[in-house]
Amino acid sequence: MKVLQVIDQAFRTTTEEQDDTILWLTRSMRSVGGDLTVLLAGHGAYYAVLKTAQPSLSLGKWHQSQPADLPKDINQLIDSGVPVFIIEEDFIERGLQRQSIIQGVQTIARHNLPVLYEHADQVWQW
Amino acid sequence: MKSTNEQTLTFAFMDPPFESERTVTFFRLLEAALDKGANIRVFAYEGAVSLSLSLQKAHGNSIHGRNAKEEDHPLSKDWISSLQHKAASNNLKFEWINCGLCVDERGVTDVIKGCTRGGPPDLWRYASESLNTLTIGTR
Repeated sequence: MKVLQVIDQAFRTTTEEQDDTILWLTRSMRSVGGDLTVLLAGHGAYYAVLKTAQPSLSLGKWHQSQPADLPKDINQLIDSGVPVFIIEEDFIERGLQRQSIIQGVQTIARHNLPVLYEHADQVWQW
Repeated sequence: MKSTNEQTLTFAFMDPPFESERTVTFFRLLEAALDKGANIRVFAYEGAVSLSLSLQKAHGNSIHGRNAKEEDHPLSKDWISSLQHKAASNNLKFEWINCGLCVDERGVTDVIKGCTRGGPPDLWRYASESLNTLTIGTR
């Protein structure tokens, strides 16, 4: 079974979970042989241009020691064989076109999305 | 202890831990209010009653390649505790009431010290006695 993971809610609970929960879920399922593809849509496009880990949270004397490192997570996802796409138009709409994309992340035009969707047995929209 | 109404803010919050960035924003607002010298009153409603659950437990993360100690996973009960201590050290009040019916629905009865059980009348009391109230609903 091939699953397309569509992530369009960026930075959802990344501080508390120290990752993006859907990227994490994808990595976990990939580690047991899952055949998955990730599509970064909408605000998810921001993930493709991140260079550093998220800032650490501090509340009173509590300090976060392991903030989410989304570029690392995406790189490891790609290294594990999961294709990662961003929608070109979503990228441009957010003024991100002048920023470099994480190596290995592929852009796809909106009119080509049906090809990606048709390639999947199931589409999971998060 | 500073406790005049002008120095007290009430927050009503609905989101559970580990679901939304609103949770982090909420806690940052609480700390910002403490930094400004406000007494804090929180009414945790619906899923937010789980924020103070004492049974929350940090875990390792094999995907991250870190054991429990290395992962040092954030727990909202620790955030509450940290802000309780910050308030106390600044001679400010930090009160926290969980909606009792919401607690029963979810079975999250074991909460950390300083968080108590109440109901909508407490929110009304909190709000009535505060300079202002901020409600942050779930979506």
